[in-house]
Amino acid sequence: MDTPTSTHTATAPVYKIPGEHYLNSSYGIRSWLLTTDHKRIALLYLFSVTFFFFVGGIFATMIRIHLMTPQGFLVTPETYNKLFTMHGVAMIFFFLIPSIPAVLGNFLVPLMIGAKDLAFPKINLLSWYIYVIGGCFVLYSFSTGGLDTGWTFYTPLSSVYSNSAVTPAVLGIFINGFSSILTGLNFVVTIHTMRAPGMTWFRLPLFVWAQYATSIIFILGTPVIAITLLLVGLERMFHLGFFNPALGGDPILFQHLFWFYSHPAVYIMILPAMGVISEIIPTFARKPIFGYSFIAGSSIAIAVIGFFVWAHHMFLTGESVYAALAFSFLSYLVAIPSAVKVFNWTSTLYKGSISWDTPMLYALGFIGLFLIGGLTGLFLACLGLDIHIHDTYFVVAHFHYIMVGGAVMGYLGGIHFWWPKISGRMYPEFLARVSAIILFMGFNLTFFPQFILGYLGMPRRYHSYPPEFQVLNVMSTAGASILALGYLLPMMYLVWSLKYGTVTGPNPWPATGLEWKTDSPPPTENFLVTPEVTWEPYDYETRPDLELDHIVAGKLPAPAHGDD
Amino acid sequence: MHRTGELYGQFETLEQQKESAALGMWVFLSTEVLFFGGLFMTYTLNRHYYPVAFGVGSNTLDLKLGGLNTVILILSSLTMAMSVWASHVGKRKQTAGFLVATLLLGTAFLGVKVIEYKQKFDHHLVPGYHFQIDYRVQHPAPKDDPKEIEAEKEELNKAFAKDPDLNAHAQLYFSLYFGMTGLHALHMIVGAGMLVWLIRQSMLGRFTPTYNTPVEMIGLYWHFVDIVWIYLFPLLYLIDRHR
Repeated sequence: MDTPTSTHTATAPVYKIPGEHYLNSSYGIRSWLLTTDHKRIALLYLFSVTFFFFVGGIFATMIRIHLMTPQGFLVTPETYNKLFTMHGVAMIFFFLIPSIPAVLGNFLVPLMIGAKDLAFPKINLLSWYIYVIGGCFVLYSFSTGGLDTGWTFYTPLSSVYSNSAVTPAVLGIFINGFSSILTGLNFVVTIHTMRAPGMTWFRLPLFVWAQYATSIIFILGTPVIAITLLLVGLERMFHLGFFNPALGGDPILFQHLFWFYSHPAVYIMILPAMGVISEIIPTFARKPIFGYSFIAGSSIAIAVIGFFVWAHHMFLTGESVYAALAFSFLSYLVAIPSAVKVFNWTSTLYKGSISWDTPMLYALGFIGLFLIGGLTGLFLACLGLDIHIHDTYFVVAHFHYIMVGGAVMGYLGGIHFWWPKISGRMYPEFLARVSAIILFMGFNLTFFPQFILGYLGMPRRYHSYPPEFQVLNVMSTAGASILALGYLLPMMYLVWSLKYGTVTGPNPWPATGLEWKTDSPPPTENFLVTPEVTWEPYDYETRPDLELDHIVAGKLPAPAHGDD
Repeated sequence: MHRTGELYGQFETLEQQKESAALGMWVFLSTEVLFFGGLFMTYTLNRHYYPVAFGVGSNTLDLKLGGLNTVILILSSLTMAMSVWASHVGKRKQTAGFLVATLLLGTAFLGVKVIEYKQKFDHHLVPGYHFQIDYRVQHPAPKDDPKEIEAEKEELNKAFAKDPDLNAHAQLYFSLYFGMTGLHALHMIVGAGMLVWLIRQSMLGRFTPTYNTPVEMIGLYWHFVDIVWIYLFPLLYLIDRHR
């Protein structure tokens, strides 16, 4: 790793990979499996969530291939039920929820606040092991009969009637919950007590604020789904009746408890992505972020209000009309802090010196897709309209715009943005831009037709459909294959760049965050001297240490990387 | 100053370390509140649906054993608090002694719980295929007082008249009884394990007035588990005693 490589721009400085850093400070499998270094644990998470992303992706591919013809030609109806269930379980519980917090959050939170590590490094490692154990339970369920309840595990289907391997799956998700809880606990404590001198609350990067808000949901939401799914498991194993109407239980109670976590879980997925976008936008617009405190506060507001909207998933399951009105109103409220973010990002772009590097492409893609996903969420929060589009492909399209268009775009944008920090080397810029564009186009082609399908009345979770829906379904499948290419390309060139990428030095963009003040890759203890923060966040105008004077004069520096 | 091994590498000062540990424990306890919260919610709803069955179920519990356990747990909280105090003022022997007392009281609680569970098992009150709310009055043991059995039978008949599905609904009560007390007992067992470790550490003289964070943190946890029982006891044992 330590052969110096030069960039092709003659004036650009030639950087070397530092002699000792977190990747080469010790060797061998034990040094990884027993590590307490948050950066190494982040990489362990990176590998494991990527694995589950591909597991979930294979199921998605099979679903899309199956739906190319009205009758469905790939699998039986029973298998189809299992496919969309396992797709949901793998993607939500084992990819989306841990993705940004456990990979990027783990890597960056201590670096961004100037700490040596998280407050509880051993607990951090423990939470990865818990994740792996939970994952093994779920893989066991997938490979011994699968799972056909939908990722929502509605009772009494999941607790009584389903013949698939529900018990190991709910136990796996129960166990995995503690991984989330411990990660959230670690972040909250770290952000409270481990900040470097001068790193006040309102100098924290917005990514850290987003992680803090997410952690609140981890801590207060996850235990509820844990106990609820444990009860489902106990019901199956011991013939109990908490949620079984035949034994006096109440299935609606299950739905309330389930959504009490699972709606805030949507904000677990999107909030960290919003944090990533808040870092990328000012860096590539070369401007201080507009409305810092509003963006920070809106993260907390989303986390808090998010706990009071859950029953909008149940407008059609017989809740009182007054409850429905209240939940509809509260769901509209979430739109306010979300819109605050979007408006602040766009205001930051206004009159900025925008450059089109890959992270920025992802960030701009995020804003557009999140806008569509968020606004269609308002359609669904509307009581009258929801009766028409409830349980149709409109819902499927809506939440994929938030989770894939939002969370995954944010995740990939973040991976690219911090890749030079993580690996010390730059990805190939041209290829990365191309694949970001492929991803954006593939995504829209996959999911936009589903809005129309849903509006026309195609129900979700059906293995067949009337022939007049075929054109839109084929479009969606075609889009999915483009999307798959958009995911495979970064996989390949990021691995390639580990050996052949340009060495970038500590701050290639350059960006203002504290994480850019240390080596790339950082040393095990993050900072050789504890940094002291004397500047305001996102100061892209006056920070002397960033050599920004030529930017203020209106000229952009040549990119520090050489592949485009 | 601190001795080697007391300050972990990621912290700058002992104070920061202690603050982190305390905040971490409080955050963990807030998670625990929500964890038990799901069960309390299920309890509240079902008790609202089936007041008769919950009354019948509650009356089968042994008030004396439950009361005894409540006293034991409150005492154990006292000894735990004393141990935290002793570690603060640097009384090493007393720290360990009070920890041992806490452990003994905790074990006594679990012992009583085993007796109670055994009774319920004998009376076919464990949820599952063999659950039968009137098993005891149908199959009285020789040592049972016939009058008591007769009174109980009458009460059950009244209850069946009010709630024909009494058996299923009482089973829900017992599912919650075993779920909630079982989860609580599990927390006690984990706490007891931590106490064993703590006793060993305090005997080795690890705790000083400047460094006693583990005693304090495990103390917090122990008090939390006690408080859960303070809620469980009335909700499970006392809801229908006024008749």
